[in-house]
Amino acid sequence: MILSFGGQGGVTAARLLSIAALNEGKYAQAIPQFGAERRGALVRSFIRISDRPIRRHSSVKNPEVIAVFSEKILKIVDVKANTVVINSKQPKLENGRVYYVDASSIALELNLISAGWPIVNTAMAGAMAKVFGFSFESLKDAIEQTFSSKLAELNVQAAKKAYEEVKEWSA
Amino acid sequence: MKKVLTGNYAVAEAVKMARTEFIAAYPITPQTTIVERLAEMVEKGELNADFVRVESEHSALAAVYGASAGGLRAFTATSSHGLLYMYEMCWWVANSRLPVVMALVTRTIGPPWNIHTDHTDLLTLRDSGWILAMSENAQEAFDLTLIGFKVAEQIDLPFAVGLDGFQVSHTAEVVDVPEQSEVDEFLPERRRNKPFVIEPRNPITVGGLTTNECTMILRREMNRDMEKVGDLVKNAGYVRDYDLVERYRLDDAEYVVIMMGAWCGDAKDAIDVLRDEGVQIGMLRLRFVRPFPAEEIAKLDCKKILVVERDCSVGKGGIIATEVKSVANSPVQSVMAGLGGVDVGVDDFVSMFRRFVKGELGEWWL
Repeated sequence: MILSFGGQGGVTAARLLSIAALNEGKYAQAIPQFGAERRGALVRSFIRISDRPIRRHSSVKNPEVIAVFSEKILKIVDVKANTVVINSKQPKLENGRVYYVDASSIALELNLISAGWPIVNTAMAGAMAKVFGFSFESLKDAIEQTFSSKLAELNVQAAKKAYEEVKEWSA
Repeated sequence: MKKVLTGNYAVAEAVKMARTEFIAAYPITPQTTIVERLAEMVEKGELNADFVRVESEHSALAAVYGASAGGLRAFTATSSHGLLYMYEMCWWVANSRLPVVMALVTRTIGPPWNIHTDHTDLLTLRDSGWILAMSENAQEAFDLTLIGFKVAEQIDLPFAVGLDGFQVSHTAEVVDVPEQSEVDEFLPERRRNKPFVIEPRNPITVGGLTTNECTMILRREMNRDMEKVGDLVKNAGYVRDYDLVERYRLDDAEYVVIMMGAWCGDAKDAIDVLRDEGVQIGMLRLRFVRPFPAEEIAKLDCKKILVVERDCSVGKGGIIATEVKSVANSPVQSVMAGLGGVDVGVDDFVSMFRRFVKGELGEWWL
C-alpha cells in the first residue's frame, strides 16, 4: 500500500512499480483508491505482485509493505506492516522493518516540483524497487515508458539516487 | 506483447486496433478514461476515426447510430445514468440491427449517488436485443471488444462489453496485446452492404411506420439470430479461444457457483481454499448474459447451484438466479451481494461458500 497526499504521485508510483514487476517477469496489479481524485487529501494506492496471474480484484486488506510518501501521514494513520518504506531523513516509527530515504530532498535537488510541492513518486518508487529486490533497469524502463524524454531523464535520476540511498533503519 | 493497462485503457487499445472509424461519447465516471484515451489517440493521429463530442449520452448513441447505418465501424462507451439517458437509442440501435459496440463500465444507479460497481445497469439492456458480455479482467475487456466487433458485424446485433467500474476499469494489470497484423487478419474492414446502408444518393427509410406483423417478425428473427451468437463466439478465430461461459474446477463438482464479472477471480481463489479442504466445488462463470448460456446450465449435474449476483430486481430478487432457475436441473439458491460496490473479497467468498455447502446461507450477503 502506498500512502500519499493527492498530488504527490502515489498512483503513478504504483503503476511504475507494476510495469517494473512485469519487466521482472512477474504479474502485477496497480489499484488506485477508488473514487474521485483529491489533491492534498490522503490517498491510498495498492500494488499486488505475484509469480502467477492475479485473479482477485477486491481491495487489499493487509498489505505486507506500506510506503509512506510524507511523514505527516504518520499523524493521521497508524502505520503497521511487515515492512515500511518511508520518505524521511530520520524515521520516528516503531515497526518491524523500516527502510528510509530522503525522497523530498532528492526531488527538490532535481527540481521535480509541481505547484510548490516536491514530486517524490519516482524517488519513492526507486526505494521501493530496491526493497522489492527489482533490478534498477526494470524500473528505469517503466519510467521511460511513462514519461516524455526530458522528464523521464530527471525521474530516472531521482529513482536511481533513491535506489542507491535507501537504507534500513535501526533505532 | 504484454503491457500493463487499466481495463479502460485496454478497451481503448482494442477500439484502436479494430480500426474503429467513428466514436461519439459523453463522459461519465468510471467510463471517462476510455473516451479520453481515444480522443488522445485520434488527436495524435494514432487512430484514423471521427471523434464527435456531443451534449448527452442520448446524442452519443444517436450519432453512433447514424454512423453505423452509414456503414462505419462505430463505438461508444458509458455507465449507469449515462446508459439510462441513452436507453431509448439502445433499442433503436438493436431493432435497426446495427453492429455497434459499446463498452459499459458498470456502476450503481443512484440515488443515493454512487460511482462504484453494480451489475443492474448492464442488466437493464437484458431484453433489448444487445449481445451482453461481462469481462472478469482487463484482458477479457480487451479481447471481448475485438470479438464484439467481429460477432456484431456477422449477426447484425449490437454488442455491449461490460467491465466492473474501478475494479477493472481503473486497475492496471498485465494484458497480452496481439500484433496489429493479427488483429487485421481477425477483423477485416466492415462489409458496408449489410443489412443496409444509408447513402446520400440512395435514400431509404429506416425505422418508419410498418405493419404490426413486421415488428413481430423482426423480434422473432432477432431472437433466432441471438441463439447463433454462442457458435460465432466459439468459432470467432481470435488469438485466444472464447466461449459463453468459463468452467472452473467443474468436472467433479458437487456444488456449483454461477456468477459474472471481476469478483469471480476472488471467488476462484476461495474455491481453491475449499477444494484444499476437500469440498468438491467449482464455478460456471457467465461471460455472456445474452445470449443466455441455457444449455451449459441445464447440463450441470450437481447437488446444488449457488447464484451470486450484484443486482436486484426489486420484487423478485436476483435477476440471474431467476433465469438460472428457469433452465437448471439441480436446486438453485440465490444470494445478492456487493450491490452499490460493497467490497466482497476472498475471505467473504470462503465463508459464503462454506455456509452454502452447509445449507446455512441467506438471500442477502451484507
